Amino acid sequence: MKHQSNIRGAVHQDRQHDSAIKHVRGLAEYTDDIAEPAGTLHAYLGVSSVAHATLKGIDLSAVRVAPGVIDVLTAADIPGHNDISPTGRGDEPVFPTEKIEFHGQPLFAVIAETRDAARRAAALAKVETDVLPHALDPIAAQAAGYPLVTDPLKLERGEVGTAMASAPHRLQGRLVVGGQDHMYLEGQIAFALPGEDEDVIVHCSTQHPSEAQHMVAHVLGLPSNAVVVNVRRMGGGFGGKESQMNLFAVVAAMAAKRLNRPVKIRPDRDQDMTATGKRHDFVIDYDVGFDGAGRIRAVDGSFAARCGWSSDLSGPVTDRALFHADNAYFYPHVRLQSRPLKTNTVSNTAFRGFGGPQGVVAAERMIEEIAYALGKDPLEVRKANFYGDAEDGRNLTPYHQEVTDNIIGRVVSELEESCGYQQRRRDILAFNAEGGVLRKGIALTPVKFGISFTATHYNQAGALIHVYSDGSVHLNHGGTEMGQGLNTKVAQVVADAFQIDFERIKITRTTTEKVPNTSATAASSGSDLNGMAALDAAEQIKTRLVAFAAGHWGVRPEEVRFVPGHVQVGAQLLSWEQVIKAAYMARVHLSAAGFYKTPDIHWDRAAGKGRPFYYYAYGASCSEVTIDTLTGEYRVERTDILHDVGRSLNPVLDRGQVEGAFVQGMGWLTTEELWWDQKGALRTHAPSTYKIPLASDRPRVFNVSLAEWSENRERTIKRSKAVGEPPFMLGISVFEALSMAVASVADYREFPRLDAPATPERVLLAVERLAGRAA
Amino acid sequence: MTHRSEIRFLLNGRTVNLPTVPATQTLLDFLRLDRRLTGTKEGCAEGDCGACTVLVGRLHAGALRYEAVNACIRFVASLDGCHVVTVEHLSGPDGALHPVQRAMVEHHGAQCGFCTPGIVMSLYALWMQTPEPTETQVETALQGNLCRCTGYAPIIRAAVAVSQYGTPEADHLTLERGRITAELLALKDARRVETGPEDNRAILPADLDDFAAAYAEHPQATVIAGATDVGLWVTKFLRPISPAIFIAHLAELKAIEVSPGAITLGAGVSYSELKPLITQHLPHLAEYWDRIAGWQVRNMGTIGGNIANGSPIGDTPPVLIALGAEVTLRHGNSRRNLPLEKFFVDYGKQDRRPGEFVESIRIPLPSSATRCAAYKISKRRDEDISAVAAGISVTVEAGIIRSARIALGGMAATPKRAAAAEAALLGQPWNEASFAAAARAMSGDFAPLSDWRASAEYRMRVAQNLLRRFFLEQDGAPVRLSA
Repeated sequence: MKHQSNIRGAVHQDRQHDSAIKHVRGLAEYTDDIAEPAGTLHAYLGVSSVAHATLKGIDLSAVRVAPGVIDVLTAADIPGHNDISPTGRGDEPVFPTEKIEFHGQPLFAVIAETRDAARRAAALAKVETDVLPHALDPIAAQAAGYPLVTDPLKLERGEVGTAMASAPHRLQGRLVVGGQDHMYLEGQIAFALPGEDEDVIVHCSTQHPSEAQHMVAHVLGLPSNAVVVNVRRMGGGFGGKESQMNLFAVVAAMAAKRLNRPVKIRPDRDQDMTATGKRHDFVIDYDVGFDGAGRIRAVDGSFAARCGWSSDLSGPVTDRALFHADNAYFYPHVRLQSRPLKTNTVSNTAFRGFGGPQGVVAAERMIEEIAYALGKDPLEVRKANFYGDAEDGRNLTPYHQEVTDNIIGRVVSELEESCGYQQRRRDILAFNAEGGVLRKGIALTPVKFGISFTATHYNQAGALIHVYSDGSVHLNHGGTEMGQGLNTKVAQVVADAFQIDFERIKITRTTTEKVPNTSATAASSGSDLNGMAALDAAEQIKTRLVAFAAGHWGVRPEEVRFVPGHVQVGAQLLSWEQVIKAAYMARVHLSAAGFYKTPDIHWDRAAGKGRPFYYYAYGASCSEVTIDTLTGEYRVERTDILHDVGRSLNPVLDRGQVEGAFVQGMGWLTTEELWWDQKGALRTHAPSTYKIPLASDRPRVFNVSLAEWSENRERTIKRSKAVGEPPFMLGISVFEALSMAVASVADYREFPRLDAPATPERVLLAVERLAGRAA
Repeated sequence: MTHRSEIRFLLNGRTVNLPTVPATQTLLDFLRLDRRLTGTKEGCAEGDCGACTVLVGRLHAGALRYEAVNACIRFVASLDGCHVVTVEHLSGPDGALHPVQRAMVEHHGAQCGFCTPGIVMSLYALWMQTPEPTETQVETALQGNLCRCTGYAPIIRAAVAVSQYGTPEADHLTLERGRITAELLALKDARRVETGPEDNRAILPADLDDFAAAYAEHPQATVIAGATDVGLWVTKFLRPISPAIFIAHLAELKAIEVSPGAITLGAGVSYSELKPLITQHLPHLAEYWDRIAGWQVRNMGTIGGNIANGSPIGDTPPVLIALGAEVTLRHGNSRRNLPLEKFFVDYGKQDRRPGEFVESIRIPLPSSATRCAAYKISKRRDEDISAVAAGISVTVEAGIIRSARIALGGMAATPKRAAAAEAALLGQPWNEASFAAAARAMSGDFAPLSDWRASAEYRMRVAQNLLRRFFLEQDGAPVRLSA
């Protein structure tokens, strides 16, 4: 028998996305592509047209008699609990009963024969209200005395007051950072099929099937075991389907059970963007003390967030902003406080980075301010403030976790060298000195990102593996596929464990029927958690196979080894299929449920102390931009990235995550602007008005490398690191480069204090402000 | 001759014969709901994301031409006599991947995969026209396709590599060209089509005279050329459009005539169709032209529609007004000519009688003494609606400015000339001071609005600065960002 030297699809190898061929052929099935059984109905949401009001009544008579309408669901029709708050705070009714809290808030659902009929009917309701004054942003909310939607967090270490007072230099500032819409290409959707008894099956585009399941059960007043939630894949998630699908899942399920017919709900893009949450906008006030070398002595920061009308995930999001307000920098004395403010806007939610980017951008803002105040290259100030190690004592975070895996110095210096930072910066200074209309900027910014859910109990995962008697393998786990290639990576782990070709493994949809009580595929944790759980399942089966083979063929267990495509049993080389067949005949259990929980993490929120993160991922990017000082338009001329993914499970997929995250992060800080009018209506609610990056916005030169020498110091899956979120913050280099280009018009004497997003308008107005002062 | 009510077209490998088609039925809904061709996706239903991109082949002066279009805002009725090609038609019968598909797979151009079929179709259309594109050409072809996952780099790598996997000569649409052409010709007759239920009626006139007659008869009708705006009335605003008169198929409206002093084009000429002549005769508009919407919309949308629509933020009126363009309006068999700026009366109001339509546009070609520029300012460089659009034409003789036409969009309720700024330039020397004075004068010309695209302050500052840019650029200073 010919011995295969390597399996196809091993770990640490490039492997195309498991659905790549289906993607390009249009054969990959998304929720809206599932064939609809006869009798399928369609739901659509009716929404408010005021931002804040007492709800006096809804006249649905015209809705009910509109063509094709079958039913209307209101708060009164909810059989269980009128609440879909993901953290159990009970502050998020499916449909409100007393108060309207934002413009576009869902008030009821119409069920009709066609989606078109439901859409048309939904617009016919007459909503009776007493309008109340509204507050749309954190500043207005604070002024109006609005409450916090959830408990704030304070992180404190050292003696901030004393250190600040004794610092040689001190400055204060404010940074306003806009939110961001997920703009996943596939919008929200749920499709419910009624079953017998209390049962209901919901196909839903969700990153968190277990939560959708629990919410459907909660709202319908059913036990969770009556509800099945399935998702084969999403057309993008980015955090927008971690809790925001709940509304759609419960409406579809409620209607399906009530009418005993399949019901699908799919909002149009405008409703998707107005009725579902986004990245939190922040107003960050900072006070920083530092010495003449630019070294920070103390930081005092306040992080006020636009949370929207309910808490949703705003607690953990604003917490994570504080966890990342140090980025890669040691603050000897620090106090950081969050202010998760209620506003009359849609309830903001998870979005790639989960508050972390807003913390990081604040850290970078302070660094830039210090650099300008001292007339230094910001990179020099960055290096002066990097975390150190146990020896120099500069390794303690504001939440009292020691940074023990610090590689930021190496990452930054390698990138600085490879991208020619110093020479290019000199060239740019010379270019700008000529005083032309076009000005350039360059910035090299680091990222350090903590990996783990800060809600410690979320750091668990399950997987289910069946080996069929023909040797084919069925793989299921609790993670969801939204394009990141999670299924591919987990299948690689299983292929590696069994030493069989990737193609022998069938990747199956995520379903609450197979793995219960799963966590959201979020916090970059998908591969870390599910890869380990799948490995555990595979190892259980392998252990049984080893015991069986040793007994059956009369060898010692150590003589049974899994080699490519085969099992070496003593002197015999048996094919995988032979061994599986024999094991089956001998009644060996060929199925296993795997489980994993992240070790060594703990977090005491009240004390603000603990080890919330298992490890950190690092990276750095350098961007060069040109701005037009007459119009504020700009181009990203070049970006170089060096990013740390540990020992990559699949380098080509990880590189794709890095490239995509960078561009998405750049979009957040440049052209993606959320704009509300005075009535509180979001007016940038579709791609025609909300501008995410296009192909032509990507850097003209784009060099992306993974730090191949890096290996996770913790025992993660194959020593890899999480990759989903950390590279998002690499986009900050574009923002800082724009600042430098703007600053050139006043000879870098003044820091421009650009707010985000730095649209061409903000860039031009900053140029004119600085030029006006310089003149 | 009697009317017909069936709509007939080719869909991938089959002939489709629909006995009746409501005016508002979109191609995307037809594909997904009626035919269950679910490879074509809905991402926005407004022609901005490209997830629904398909190819539409049509006969143009006897030649078959395929273009990428947005199925979401393309009405089925407008497909009469066309060949619709969806992503399902790309792979061979054995499932063998098409060269575009192979390139996308091997360069990891898909992550979540939802935008992918649309991107594959745009790249397919590009490859048919330009088998070995530059990165810039790829970017231009993908202006109408959003991807939220990849950051585009792997898609660009795939796009420039497609020809390594196969040549257009061997593509099945090329090989079947003769047969498809014959089949499309067979579908053509010289009859008017009237179809759809009474309250959702579509009319496809037999020819231009028939259109004039039909519109005079139904002056309340919605006239639809490219549907790139009317499509949104239907998909986003659920507005009734019946009766709808479709005109994109009218060959007379596609006519282009180049004379020594002017280009005259039928109102049905699309942006893409005019592009070669723009490059040749009005090179100052070439870059601007590629920044009008995305490729799919430029393939569908017409210059006549952009004008007749009356929007204050249409991209062509400012630059055409600056060139002194005129429109010919037709009602029944009577015609009148109007300088383009006179057509725009007020917000939502044009000098157009019920039943009257824009038939043709005459664009004078600038003389060698005239310096021209076109500028578009938007939040995002490509596929964005202008915050400010500007057309500038200034004639200089012996160092003195003898005429100035400066027209702006986004600054007022209509595309409008900057009368005070123009006056400030007249008779003045060609120098920086003259343009600075004109910029100051411009503040009296406009009182722009603030909205989500830009604030009033920004609009005014940028409009003034564009005069400075114009002067500096004409003087050869480096003032433009790299493409």
